[in-house]
Amino acid sequence: MTRIHLPETLEEVWSIMDREPGIKVYAGGTDLLVRLRRMPEACESLICIERVTEIQGVTEEGDEIVIGAGTTHSRLLEDPIIQRHAAILCRGLEMLGSPPIRHMGTIGGNVANASPAADSLPPLYVLRAFVEIRSRSETRTVPIDRFINGPGQAQIGPHELLTRIRFAKPRGFGIHHYEKIGRRKAQACAVASMAALVAQSPDGLVEEIRLSWGSVGPTVVTCEEVEDAIRGRTLVPATLQSAAGLVEHAVAPIDDVRASAEYRRLVAGNLLLRLAQYREKAFTAEIAEGAERK
Amino acid sequence: MDAPSDRRVVDLLREDLGLTGTKESCGAGDCGACTILVDGESRLSCLMRAIQLQGRRVKTIEGFAESDALHPVQKSFADHGAVQCGFCIPGMVLAAADLLERNPSPTRDEIRQGLAGNLCRCTGYRKIVDAVEQAAEIHDLEKRP
Repeated sequence: MTRIHLPETLEEVWSIMDREPGIKVYAGGTDLLVRLRRMPEACESLICIERVTEIQGVTEEGDEIVIGAGTTHSRLLEDPIIQRHAAILCRGLEMLGSPPIRHMGTIGGNVANASPAADSLPPLYVLRAFVEIRSRSETRTVPIDRFINGPGQAQIGPHELLTRIRFAKPRGFGIHHYEKIGRRKAQACAVASMAALVAQSPDGLVEEIRLSWGSVGPTVVTCEEVEDAIRGRTLVPATLQSAAGLVEHAVAPIDDVRASAEYRRLVAGNLLLRLAQYREKAFTAEIAEGAERK
Repeated sequence: MDAPSDRRVVDLLREDLGLTGTKESCGAGDCGACTILVDGESRLSCLMRAIQLQGRRVKTIEGFAESDALHPVQKSFADHGAVQCGFCIPGMVLAAADLLERNPSPTRDEIRQGLAGNLCRCTGYRKIVDAVEQAAEIHDLEKRP
């Protein structure tokens, strides 16, 4: 039998961790409880933090957005601050699991579980997010790419809890794009995914671009070389096609039950081509405007 | 009632309380057969432990129709013959109720997305979507003054 603690405050969490360092923590249970199903005796006790309201909700702190790690995906999708400033996170989270999974699962759980296929991670990487990790006596803030070292490898100590995720409000990015390729739309882990924040000048030149890929390496992949190849150009297929060639070298996918490494490599590059739709839209708008002027 | 803190909610319902309307299929959060409403929100009872229900309001398919008459969603499923083997239907009905609570007039596409976590192995999705579409209309009519 596993004893489950149901604390309502962080103070209670610290007391439990003092007594039982290294105790496994869950919020929604959509990952941990699935794993424990195969080994029911693996944990003598667990902490369920779904009632710790101190680490739930979204706030604006000056130029930053701060998300409590215990906020469910459904609440984030409905949050006006997230909708206004971080549409890219919504694009990722709406692809995550299914409605009941999104009602249960939390962003902190998705991050701390550190799956390369996690749908919150590519958006959080391009948002240059930081994670706040607390223990009773200490708070440390770490860039998300330093927090995660490999599949399931989040840098969190036996007395620590992931409490918040924070990022500066992204400014000037007209394109918030996330696409996930999976075996089916709902409930499927990504075979490959890509997040993109792009700022274009009025004439369609890419002024700033941030890209990240999921499910094509041990952690989320970013690549400055690819971003450099697109910056200063327009989102036309030729530019994106040549950048896609660089992506295929930057990623390090594996073969698994969902897809082959070779397929993932190809798809990771091809996901870039989708950005051409935004250029085409700008173009169509320009043509329409031109026609109106006449 | 008292229960061990780690008792899976689906076992608590089916085995301890005899409420077998809630089904278990995958046991891993993929199929939606074990969907229940906790404080009005759809949740998967195979991925919840008994302690998480402390002080919460739980609704299963058995208590879904609050009077003798069927809930509009149930009635619509019956009217459309949206049931084949029936195993997924309690979960489908509760997932549809959760969807209509959030989005009272969904498009067909939104209905499909709202039910994306519920698998029908008979693949009877078309009539299920028809049923939810009609339930939304009834729901809408009832809410109008």
